[in-house]
Amino acid sequence: MSLDSNHVRQLCRLARLALGPEQEPALTAELQRILAMVDALTSVPTDGVEPLAHPQAMVLRLRPDEVTEADRREALQASAPAVAAGYYLVPKVIE
Amino acid sequence: MNAAPTLSERLAALRRGDYRPADWLAECRAAAERWSVLNAWISAAWAQAERRLVDVQGGGGALAGVPYAHKDLFCTAGLRTTCASRMLAEFVPTYSAHIHERLEAAGALCVGKANMDEFAMGSSNESSHFGAVRNPWDLERVPGGSSGGSAALVAAGVVPFATASDTGGSIRQPAAFCGVTGIKPTYGRVSRHGMVAYASSLDQAGVIARSAADCALVLGVMAGFDPRDATSVDRPVEDYVAALTDLEPRRLRIGVPRQYFGPGVDPAVAAAVQSALDLLVARGVQRIDIDLPHTESAIPCYYVLAPAEASSNLARYDGVRYGHRCAAPTDLEDLYTRSRSEGFGREVQRRILVGTYVLSAGYYDAYYRKAQQVRRLIAGDFARAFEAVDLIAGPTAPTVAFRLGEKQADPLQLYAADVNTVAVNLAGLPAISVPCGFVAGLPVGLQLIAPPFAEARLLAAAHLYQSLTDWHRHAPAVPT
Repeated sequence: MSLDSNHVRQLCRLARLALGPEQEPALTAELQRILAMVDALTSVPTDGVEPLAHPQAMVLRLRPDEVTEADRREALQASAPAVAAGYYLVPKVIE
Repeated sequence: MNAAPTLSERLAALRRGDYRPADWLAECRAAAERWSVLNAWISAAWAQAERRLVDVQGGGGALAGVPYAHKDLFCTAGLRTTCASRMLAEFVPTYSAHIHERLEAAGALCVGKANMDEFAMGSSNESSHFGAVRNPWDLERVPGGSSGGSAALVAAGVVPFATASDTGGSIRQPAAFCGVTGIKPTYGRVSRHGMVAYASSLDQAGVIARSAADCALVLGVMAGFDPRDATSVDRPVEDYVAALTDLEPRRLRIGVPRQYFGPGVDPAVAAAVQSALDLLVARGVQRIDIDLPHTESAIPCYYVLAPAEASSNLARYDGVRYGHRCAAPTDLEDLYTRSRSEGFGREVQRRILVGTYVLSAGYYDAYYRKAQQVRRLIAGDFARAFEAVDLIAGPTAPTVAFRLGEKQADPLQLYAADVNTVAVNLAGLPAISVPCGFVAGLPVGLQLIAPPFAEARLLAAAHLYQSLTDWHRHAPAVPT
């Protein structure tokens, strides 16, 4: 599967990453080579093989539906770049 | 050769009273100073460790007074946890990892946070925002990765053990490159609560130490059920130390896959591993040649699944709740995009983009679903092999440590070097790397792989080998 620079720009938009114009050709070439390498998978016969998402042959445990966390808003928001009155601040979203 | 004492021996001296925890801590600090050229630390916590000395003195914990380093992806409340990324360069967690709580409860003293590849993505420790770590055996070479700082610190004798994590070989490969012992436990054996996520169906926490006996001691403290990690398994932890000598070599069958000695493996590395196997055979161990037919699909399978999971896990870094935020964002989209572009390094961005691609509409079935099907075939290879053998053995890495910068131009070369380690993570199995010789002055690692939850057997077999050899006691000369 080939990948052109328009496609790379679309991936960057989906992943919320911005490439400088000088990075784009090198990254496109690297991604092309990585995808060419993983293309080797297409030659493995897998008809009827159930996909394996997870190495544990068990159903994941669910915890009881109870409130277990104490209110630690101030401590947790101490890591935030910008907060006010208990809210996270971001640039204005609604004009 | 500089013979290095093991953790177990040091602890015995401590208990006899030949030695005080304060002396040990001071010794580690002096060693850290002598080896500062390694660039193996991101944050130091000597003062905190000294304050804790008072609490642990006279305490009966299994690791009372033992200094250690955490790989810098384990959260430590009040102590910066960076994942070697600019994204988290200033992040101070409000809570600690489960294994940190366990180690502290056992009396161990965290003396700092070890350097690593950014977000544990890499096999050479060159992707760290804080600079590459150097290999103590040759300062111009890489220590391996992603747990390169942990392995280098143990090899240099700065700390007797360090925590580490392994998603595709990140404990075993640096242990091999630095001449120390590293165990990746079964998926679910050690809680990942408070461990920064990379690829959640593959990540597992473990330990790097000098010997298998030391790993047994520390793993026994770290392992066990934790309801805060949904993948943590509620199953009793065996007494790994007691089980070390509980192995009858004549009843041990070791499978040797032909595929683990493929054309990419340095013949000198292969020869060192074959000699190690010969030594075990001379002690009565039965060697059986086996096949793991899907081995060559493990790298492409891993490099679809791990980036897919990474792209999902790393979506949380948005510049809003914690982590790096760009200056003067014009709108929300700009805030997300510039914060992420500035905060993540090149290898992390590359893997996020590969993951975004394989999960995107139109490619999901061709890549992601296909890789999950191949994953089942790879896991099936191991399950069939373990019907006839107790352990599987081969080289941990195809070469000894390579030069800094040597594989930076081509990510595929670096990925290819994971050939003997990634399949183990895809299948969720426990595995250990033990030093088994030197090639041109650089350590070689023997990898042993076990069925799920057979850590006791794995450690006992490694201990058997280490009772016959002294490779794990070799220590590099202090740089002048």
